Amino acid sequence: MAEILVSCHCHAAVPLSQQSEEAAMTLVWDGKANAVEGSVFLRRLKRGRIAIGAALVVLAALWGLGLLPLWIAALSAIAVPLATAFTPLDDRATVPVSQTERDADPLAVALLEALNEPAILLTARGIVHEFNAPAIDVFGNLRTGDPVSFALRVPEILDAVRAVGTGGTARTVEYADRVPVDRWLEARIGPVWLDQADRERGNPQFVLLVLHDLTHLRRAERMRVDFVANASHELRTPLAALLGFIETLQGPAKADVSARERFLDIMRSQAARMSRLVDDLLSLSRIEQKQHLRPSTPVDPVEIVRSVVDSLSPLAGERGVEIRSSFPGTSVSVPGDRDELIRVVENLVENGIKYGQSGKRVDVSVTATGPEIRISVQDYGPGIPPEHLPRLTERFYRVDVGESREKGGTGLGLAIVKHIMARHRGRLLIESPSGGGARFTAVLNTRADE
Amino acid sequence: MMTQHTSKEFDEDLKSLSEMIAEMGGLAEQLVGESISALLSRDLAAAQRIIERDRVIDSLQHAVEEKAVLTIAKRQPMAVDLREVVAALRVSNDLERIGDLAKNIAKRVVALEGQLQPPKLAGGVDHMGELVLGQLKEVLDAYSRRDATRALQVWKRDGEIDAIYTSLFRELLTYMMEDPRNIGFCTHLLFCAKNIERIGDHATNIAETIHYLAVGEPLIDERPKGDLTSTTTISFGED
Repeated sequence: MAEILVSCHCHAAVPLSQQSEEAAMTLVWDGKANAVEGSVFLRRLKRGRIAIGAALVVLAALWGLGLLPLWIAALSAIAVPLATAFTPLDDRATVPVSQTERDADPLAVALLEALNEPAILLTARGIVHEFNAPAIDVFGNLRTGDPVSFALRVPEILDAVRAVGTGGTARTVEYADRVPVDRWLEARIGPVWLDQADRERGNPQFVLLVLHDLTHLRRAERMRVDFVANASHELRTPLAALLGFIETLQGPAKADVSARERFLDIMRSQAARMSRLVDDLLSLSRIEQKQHLRPSTPVDPVEIVRSVVDSLSPLAGERGVEIRSSFPGTSVSVPGDRDELIRVVENLVENGIKYGQSGKRVDVSVTATGPEIRISVQDYGPGIPPEHLPRLTERFYRVDVGESREKGGTGLGLAIVKHIMARHRGRLLIESPSGGGARFTAVLNTRADE
Repeated sequence: MMTQHTSKEFDEDLKSLSEMIAEMGGLAEQLVGESISALLSRDLAAAQRIIERDRVIDSLQHAVEEKAVLTIAKRQPMAVDLREVVAALRVSNDLERIGDLAKNIAKRVVALEGQLQPPKLAGGVDHMGELVLGQLKEVLDAYSRRDATRALQVWKRDGEIDAIYTSLFRELLTYMMEDPRNIGFCTHLLFCAKNIERIGDHATNIAETIHYLAVGEPLIDERPKGDLTSTTTISFGED
């Protein structure tokens, strides 16, 4: 693929030059090439002239002094500088090692921008020469004149850049990023030949690196594997319970009316748990699917919190818990996905009501400090022992398995919250001082960059 | 940022030192990531590959050392330039250790071959690995940019890894007490968790070096500590 991209690169210039000799874009290439060749020729000429001049001075001196036997030696001394002066200089040695002083190449920049995928043009030695806007989005850390490894450290890519830079053929490297979010990428690295002589020598002028995002493909594969692994493990328990009760109802308890009523109740709650589990697993997968795409539509966190508090007030009333909310005086907005943020606030407030029921109160607040918007949910229940705090967002991690199941928890609520926050490039803070009560804070960033 | 020197080669020397460090960093990141996923998926072939690849980091470290000594001898660097060279030496040391720790995890994958694994335990190790990889990436980015603020954030965040290690330690002890057949497996896993935690410590060392490089003074505050395993006990109760 990289080969194709590279050849596009060259072909684009040809028809343009045929259309009009004055086309500015082709002038950039041709002009530059001529300038380089011209300057090399001048340098050779200058070196040759100095060498001849010096040799003649020596000859004259020797003649004057009458040292005839040295004549022969001097003659051969002339031959050496003359020969070296007009042999072609190694162009590579005259290309500046660091390209920082060079101006941006308009055609190169234009072509990179047209690719619409992250692309970096490197010198043959792997120094960043030009790059496009999508590349800045991915790396953030690109500076002309820096080695590419300052921004991209994947060993296989560095090896490939080295190989292509020294005359190797185009190649493709697939790699995965785990942080900040899982991402699968394919890097295509190809040589850029500006003239036939370079091609023959096997010294490309530049190396083109183009990234292609494979996340949506790989994610779907991973999702299937994870789903099967999680679902089979977690669904087994309620399924085994269901089967046991069905067997009992068909066998020993066939005629026992009171047992049937009790068993059917248990069976219904187990089946309901299974269906919640499937729902949660599916929504977790859906969120993971688009986790590498940060949402950009502005949403109003105050409106989100208001609507969640309204929808959960019946549950709070049922459990004897009062929800108090406080909002900032000014209107706030943050780039986000409304449905997902509703899910975050819903999960946090619902947890507060369920697990902090004994505190009889849940405080929900939205605060804005600098570029950060904090949605925080505080309950006054028994709190969470410190050894569990760092683990709460792991899938199926439960502080107390029995209590969680009894309250209808699937063990996925906070994992979902964490994934939504990761997609928003935000954070989830969990605090629980030893005196009791727990505070969950979702921190969102209003700035579009990191 | 690096300022220009009259001698262009000096700039090139310093830059190529950073380049080698970045390359070592990339390898270290890869080894850590792959060793943890080899542990979770019990992938023997991947573990063997990791054990092989650690040698590349070692040889890069020698190259950095040689280049650094040569630069000091040839250029007699002062102030920030000297710190630049010293920092490269220190960071390459830490990265070499990180490579070793990743190799140790891979060796345990080989040792664990054929033993049963309670699936629930994997979650904790995975979570810890994710945090450590995040720290490593941040600190290497901070090094490339000579960004002391970012380095300081990494330094402050190490407590999270320590806290999760303490929690995992408790959980593994509980498993061992539940069933003695778990002891072999849990002990290996405990050492793996310890190795991951040590990788986090090396990331904070690098953060300290970056701070010293950019600011010129060492970080002297006491780092927030979250590793309480040296004082953690679980009593044999009636449950």
